[in-house]
Amino acid sequence: MIFAVASGKGGTGKTTVTASLAAIWEGPLTLVDLDVEEPNLHLFLKPEVARETAAMLEVPVHDSEKCTLCGECATFCQYKALAIMGKTMLFYPEMCHGCGGCLKICPESALSPGGRELGQIVEGQTEFGRFVMGRLRVGEAMSPPLMQQVKQRVKEQTSHAGMPNGVLGDVLIDAPPGVSCPAMHAVMDADAILLVTEPTPFGLYDFRLAVEAFSGLKKPMGAVINRVGIGDQGVDDYCRATGIPIWAHIPNSILAAKAYSRGEIVARELPELKMIFQELKERMRAAVTVSREVERA
Amino acid sequence: MQMKRIAVSSEGPLLDDMVDPRFGRAAGFVVVEQVGNASSYIDNGASQVMAQGAGIQAAQNLANAGVEVVISGFVGPKAFQALSAAGIQVIQNVEGVTVGQAVERFKRGELTVADAPNSQAHGGAGRGSGQGSGQGRSQGARR
Repeated sequence: MIFAVASGKGGTGKTTVTASLAAIWEGPLTLVDLDVEEPNLHLFLKPEVARETAAMLEVPVHDSEKCTLCGECATFCQYKALAIMGKTMLFYPEMCHGCGGCLKICPESALSPGGRELGQIVEGQTEFGRFVMGRLRVGEAMSPPLMQQVKQRVKEQTSHAGMPNGVLGDVLIDAPPGVSCPAMHAVMDADAILLVTEPTPFGLYDFRLAVEAFSGLKKPMGAVINRVGIGDQGVDDYCRATGIPIWAHIPNSILAAKAYSRGEIVARELPELKMIFQELKERMRAAVTVSREVERA
Repeated sequence: MQMKRIAVSSEGPLLDDMVDPRFGRAAGFVVVEQVGNASSYIDNGASQVMAQGAGIQAAQNLANAGVEVVISGFVGPKAFQALSAAGIQVIQNVEGVTVGQAVERFKRGELTVADAPNSQAHGGAGRGSGQGSGQGRSQGARR
């Protein structure tokens, strides 16, 4: 089963939840940090890095000898990565999404494939299972193509002939915060989505956006309310009104905050939290099982 | 003296409208001839709503309109590169005046042509990546 840990809002405890689930999980597990703009799961899981590879994006290289400045590529490119200005053809590599359309459309074959480094893919082993993360180059804006390559690597690592879904063991994904393209990209292949939120008006506001954005995917979804004790009942009420199951309430705790700040996994440091995460895991698995049965029926 | 066609980023179509300090996302451009009083207007609405590349699109529109001088407030690095490639001179840091006043100042020779953009790229695509492209530099040299 593949689980994505998402949150409409940053700083709600996504990584804390992912790391804690990793620590209590039983069976083969692959941990993936898809928050490529600011990966931090490795700070808690402390993987032994085995491989670090550059992730490239295919961008066009322009041959000015062959180019007739016809402008078909510039008209085609919706991202303005290519522009004809007077007698010059301009290329803005940082605007290019790497779709490859301009290469195909050029009547003079004046564009050929080149590469631009998006960032790195880091792979290794933690004490809880395999680990894969993407790290976006500073200044780079195209996170979905890098995330795509990280997911491809996870698929290669976990696919196993004869296993259901081609997946060996379970996968936990630490998704980026928010509800924009990167967050959507991180959760779309999951069997279930955990929405980590906090019981405050800010938390509720962003939680609603996340629910609205991810509902369209028609996947089992549950709320994990973190720091219970601060704020109000707004998120609980909203969940009740909209029928979103609450999979866990994690109490606000100064001890948890201290453990987190030392880079420790809270479920391992605090026995009362360990119980909560074990129960959370059962609920996550049950939600996927039920939805699969419904699908089959 | 050579006749030049000047475009001023503008909040509206008239010489009495204020200069729009934004280049790529300006409401439009008032185009005037250096000699005479004729003026025309290029609406920039389509560029305004683009997720990215507004400055490049606006630069392309002005190049197609035969503009040789651009007066605006802030011109980003990508737009600046595009305008330079088309041989368009850029005058920036002009704001808080009307289009007509900006044109008058230009005609009196009070405005200087910029040799570098005065505004950084928006969002994640930072300056590092923009200036790092070999493509851009070589084209600048060819001009």
